[in-house]
Amino acid sequence: MTNFETVIGLEVHVELKTASKIFSPSPNAFGSEPNANVNPIDLGYPGVLPVLNEEAVNYAMKAAMAINCDIATNTKFDRKNYFYPDNPKAYQISQFDQPIGENGWIEIEVNGEKKKIGITRLHLEEDAGKLTHGDDGYSLVDYNRQGTPLVEIVSEPDIRTPEEAYAYLEKLKNIIQYTGVSDCKMEEGSLRCDANISIRPVGQEEFGTKTELKNLNSFSFVQKGLEFEEKRQREVLLNGGEILQETRRYDEQKKETILMRVKEGSDDYRYFPEPDLVPLYIDDAWKERIRAEIPELPDARRERYVKELDLPAYDAGVLTSTKEMSDFFEEAIEAGADVKQASNWLMGEVSAYMNKQQVEIQDLKMTPAALAKMIQLIEDGTISSKMAKKVFAELVENGGDPEKIVKDKGLVQISDEGQLREIITGILDENEQSIIDFKNGKDKALGFLVGQTMKATKGQANPPMVNKIIKEEIEKR
Amino acid sequence: MSLFDYTLKELQEKLHNKEITVSDLVEASYNRINEVDDQVKAFLTLNEEEAKKQAKALDEKLGSDASVLYGMPIGIKDNIVTKGLRTTCASQILDNLNDPLYDATVIQKLNKENTVNIGKLNMDEFAMGSSTENSSYENTRNPWNTDYVPGGSSGGSAAAVAAGEVFFSLGSDTGGSIRQPAAFCGVVGMKPTYGLVSRFGLVAFASSLDQIGPITRTVEDNAHLLQAIVGHDNMDSTSANVNIPNYGDAFKEDVKGLRIAVPKEYLQEGVDPEVKEAVLAALKQYEELGATWEEVSLPHSKYAVAAYYLLAASEASANLARFDGVRYGKRTEKNVDMIDMFKESRAEGFGDEVKRRIMLGTFALSSGYYDAYYKKAQKVRTLIKNDFEKIFDEYDVVIGPTTPTPAYKIGEKIDDPLTMYTDDVLTTPVNLAGLPGMSIPCGFSSEGLPIGLQIIGRHFDEATIYRTAYAYEQATDHHKKRPNLGGDR
Repeated sequence: MTNFETVIGLEVHVELKTASKIFSPSPNAFGSEPNANVNPIDLGYPGVLPVLNEEAVNYAMKAAMAINCDIATNTKFDRKNYFYPDNPKAYQISQFDQPIGENGWIEIEVNGEKKKIGITRLHLEEDAGKLTHGDDGYSLVDYNRQGTPLVEIVSEPDIRTPEEAYAYLEKLKNIIQYTGVSDCKMEEGSLRCDANISIRPVGQEEFGTKTELKNLNSFSFVQKGLEFEEKRQREVLLNGGEILQETRRYDEQKKETILMRVKEGSDDYRYFPEPDLVPLYIDDAWKERIRAEIPELPDARRERYVKELDLPAYDAGVLTSTKEMSDFFEEAIEAGADVKQASNWLMGEVSAYMNKQQVEIQDLKMTPAALAKMIQLIEDGTISSKMAKKVFAELVENGGDPEKIVKDKGLVQISDEGQLREIITGILDENEQSIIDFKNGKDKALGFLVGQTMKATKGQANPPMVNKIIKEEIEKR
Repeated sequence: MSLFDYTLKELQEKLHNKEITVSDLVEASYNRINEVDDQVKAFLTLNEEEAKKQAKALDEKLGSDASVLYGMPIGIKDNIVTKGLRTTCASQILDNLNDPLYDATVIQKLNKENTVNIGKLNMDEFAMGSSTENSSYENTRNPWNTDYVPGGSSGGSAAAVAAGEVFFSLGSDTGGSIRQPAAFCGVVGMKPTYGLVSRFGLVAFASSLDQIGPITRTVEDNAHLLQAIVGHDNMDSTSANVNIPNYGDAFKEDVKGLRIAVPKEYLQEGVDPEVKEAVLAALKQYEELGATWEEVSLPHSKYAVAAYYLLAASEASANLARFDGVRYGKRTEKNVDMIDMFKESRAEGFGDEVKRRIMLGTFALSSGYYDAYYKKAQKVRTLIKNDFEKIFDEYDVVIGPTTPTPAYKIGEKIDDPLTMYTDDVLTTPVNLAGLPGMSIPCGFSSEGLPIGLQIIGRHFDEATIYRTAYAYEQATDHHKKRPNLGGDR
């Protein structure tokens, strides 16, 4: 039986969150009323001209630098011609032969193995409008998205498994999010992915015929679609068939890829230089200014957490998985939280809460400073870990000052030794049998006595102290 | 004398002396249109009600600081968008574009000068043509002989000025579309340096070549109008950020010592003997005025027409793709699916010449042909630019005829597009090089049709062109002759 190798390349489109559109002053915003953010330029009215939004170039450069691309010194825009109602000028302003970024890479890790995936290019272009097809034969067009700055990131065919494709997307999203140029929300369309996949007999250098997968609405659908396609192509070949150059879409319900169209030759977009825009010259000073604005990226951060904060590699990975989580963590430490404690809380209770409520960390009412304060209250013995859970529940839902919550809810821990000894003496007096049991080696009896003490103090007694005092008092008897 | 025989400056004095009012000027314009436009057919849309209202308001607020253009009636080529006023580019596909939603930058600038927009002027559809016969509405006629074409594509703009229907007008020039009709109609037409005048609001034909420019009766008026519309525009990335001189200063200097280059290619066979004679007479005039001229060569100009038609058509094929009946303009009434809606709307909306150029451009940009056509044409463009640069190292202006022949009869060439294309041989090199070029009247043919003298200058050196043109104009009387259209003028 022939062994096949899979070859995957990904094309990722990322919308840049500049304040205005790439070639017009219209606001660049998601979720507005249809056609609210449009002007004659976006609608391709006769006589309008594009004017490049410099911020879009800055954002594209930032993204390109973060994925290790060389930045072009001379770059330009080109017209890509095609008719479609979502494309009001019938050409898209894009970049053909001089993209802003080229020759980049990112590093992924799958099953403990690290691997570099090459990035062919990153270019800047305008997004198209959005069509909604009605069942009455009419289609509705919303041009709000028209002119949103977009970068297209094309990977080298370096990806060998659907799992690697998933890891590549996670990593790419992670890096781009860190740069702050995009939200990378697949559900809002600010990150979109098309996948090219082919297979070839192991050892063969020449690529097999590829198919292109579209309509991939989440990273796991990308992985599933590729897994299906990998299998489908293998079966076709093993049955003596031929792979055709096709565009296929992934059907989430059927969990299979479905033929959209067979490609005959390549599309002719008749690219030519956009005469309405002047070529762009990006000098070293400009490049350096943008480079200086790029924040610490996830890999560097993770490494720092391990080396300087002594966190386990796994914990560092989880904490840096989003910039928001990582920033929260750093701010908590800045505010005085113990590193290990902050890490435990974020990975434990905070993540659990976020998962349960399906919210992002930036949506929480709790501030990093509040988490730090709560951790300090545990450390100085003001509250017990058990009480802290109550404080956390309140903090995360309604926010506020942990100290005040502790006070208002009467959650202060009793750590006064005299007071505790008095309560414990009373409890021991009433539970002679337990003392005897304990002396006879029944450890359970101690637990019972601690429980009685906690009950008597409504859970406010400092547990380690209770343990210590009970033992001391029993010794005396 | 009619009001139309005065210069803008003289009219402005009369306004301030209360001899006339803005309303008189606007009234005179519409009266003249009523008298002669059924012969000339220069206008597609009139703005009469609005213009008269505006005139009244301007009469009320006339102050001593009013600019030289204050209250002056102007006509606008129909490919320059005017908010609230129908803008069709003389095409059926925009027949229903009654409000293009915004004003072109040049219109905003004119509004600041308080000119009065009389109406929109006929043209070849989407500025594609040299005779205005490609208008989908009507043939504009040459006021000097209404059997003849006015030239194009700004035929309406030139004819309206020559016929005395407006005091001045705006045209656009992609390969000669201001200079050629100015030559045919015996008026003054300036194609400014590429980038001097904002293209925002000029419906694009060929974006790297298009420029808006003024068409006037006199050189001085022309400078006044250009002064009002130039300048960097944030809405047009290709508009240049350069210092703008006061063009009026150009008229203070004579042309003594001016070095004129005359390309031998501009007086070769194919140029009508009468045209050649008129140009040589003009050069003699310049000698008398103290200038010198020498024959030079523009060796690559013979490729200009071919390069021009490839580049212009390529850009046009993309620029005109937006007219699809989806968002504005005419949509086919046939009940067809989406793709056929595009096809049918365009098939119904565009005329033959526009279709011809879209197909030519689409072909030139197609995969496998791009290098042989579009890319090669770009190289020719660079060579032509270099030719001119070499000449301008030694000379101040280049002078030659604007067109190889005077105006021809309506219908004479319309079925022979290739001949019409080659007639652009003298004007297209200027667009390809991005240079400023002007046509001024320099005589008449034996049939009484005007002949144009073309003056080409360095990039952004419109001032020297104006100086050169003004000296000749002051020494001659061609610009004072008027066509005989009858009526009270």
